Amino acid sequence: MKKSCCCPSVCALWNTSIGKKIIVAVTGILLVGFLIGHASGNLLLFLGQEALNSYAEFLHHMVHGVGIWIARVGILLAFVLHLVATVQLTVANRAARPLEYEKPATVQASRSSRIMIWSGFTILAFVIYHLLHYTVKIQANLANLPPDAEGRFDVYSMVIIGFSSWPATIFYLIAVSLLCSHLSHGIASIFQTLGLRTKRNAGLIQMVGRTLAFLIWAAFVVVPLSVISGLVHLPAAS
Amino acid sequence: MATLNLTLKIWRQDGPHKAGRIETYDAHGIPDDASFLEMLDIVNERIIEQGGEPVHFDHDCREGICGACSLTINGIPHGPEGAVTTCQLHMRKFNDGDTIWVEPFRAKAFPVLRDLVVDRTAFDRIIQAGGFISVRTGSAQDANNLPIAKDDADASFSAAACIGCGACVAACKNASAMLFVSAKAAHLNLLPQGQPEKTRRVLGMVQQMDAEGFGNCTNQYECEAVCPKEISAGFISKLNRDYALAAAKETLT
Repeated sequence: MKKSCCCPSVCALWNTSIGKKIIVAVTGILLVGFLIGHASGNLLLFLGQEALNSYAEFLHHMVHGVGIWIARVGILLAFVLHLVATVQLTVANRAARPLEYEKPATVQASRSSRIMIWSGFTILAFVIYHLLHYTVKIQANLANLPPDAEGRFDVYSMVIIGFSSWPATIFYLIAVSLLCSHLSHGIASIFQTLGLRTKRNAGLIQMVGRTLAFLIWAAFVVVPLSVISGLVHLPAAS
Repeated sequence: MATLNLTLKIWRQDGPHKAGRIETYDAHGIPDDASFLEMLDIVNERIIEQGGEPVHFDHDCREGICGACSLTINGIPHGPEGAVTTCQLHMRKFNDGDTIWVEPFRAKAFPVLRDLVVDRTAFDRIIQAGGFISVRTGSAQDANNLPIAKDDADASFSAAACIGCGACVAACKNASAMLFVSAKAAHLNLLPQGQPEKTRRVLGMVQQMDAEGFGNCTNQYECEAVCPKEISAGFISKLNRDYALAAAKETLT
């Protein structure tokens, strides 16, 4: 190790190509897990205001209100590690071929696999916007939303008001579609990087990766599409 | 015998630190049963006759087993056919009137020496970092004294088929050497003779691979698609697994 380091084995992992990729894969698992949870939670919208708002109330109060902060810090840490590691790897990858081919060709690399860094950056931009939109609530009519009948924060109305504008919905659809592209390569890559992919299960892993990416995409896009098409609307009382 | 009239776009570079450029050559009357290298021989003869400097390229056995020939042909290392080396690629795979781009294997770790010749000694240094067994493991008959499961022997053999040509690096979008390193590590790691030095081998070879300036694998499997010996990217998965175990073992001992 060139630099002195608090924990040599962790630094060794971070400083080798395979070690850094293992970190990308492990943080990828956490982020996919979060996406599955988030997408499933969103679908409660279709069970109505009561279901969604009580679920949100539960999230905010689990483990005496500490749970949500443990989750937030964990997800943020995974996200930052995933981002920094992949950017460093991409920079190294570009440096590994200073002069490109005059006549480049691709045999079998999927388009998704070739735009990972760009789909990733779009997701980053979207996550920042999405957090400002629904967590920080910079939109005034979302920040000052009246509580629901039970006195809880009215997530149900927030989602519907938030997705009532076309620009917000279109950005959401683009970002979630690129997320789907990112996952269609990323999920299968987790297995390869962790050494779990073999000749025998390669087909299955690719199918599972693409299916899961599609299901996550479908679960996310159905929400704004239902709002903008008027399928789901504000409760009559509010 | 049919002949082909082709236009060649060939990378010319006078030396390691000189700027290169693409030059266009007319290759007319090329017999379609010539190999790609024989086609270049014909073109070179004509260049020499006209008093020019022939195109430099690597070649040796010309029967697909030595790993000396290289060339990225129309963007694909060893050309469009798949599972062959450039010397075994025949001109009948091309059509009359085609324009063919011929470039060196491109990677920072494979610097161009001249024209289409690149320095692939980075691979030798990776082998020196662990791709060997230190003790003598016996003569041919001794191999049969060690029972080795048929599946393991077959898998090891399919990894050992790697000829170290570097096409995997040239094809990889990131100029990663993972297919080469994984094949060279796996063919020893799969056998009992390779076990005592397994941890040291995996860590050493990966460290050297990184030091040489190869890129990182992004699981696109371009390497597997162009490999003349059809080495499976499954070996990369195995190297990832072996690396994680070796790193853990090194930390705990």
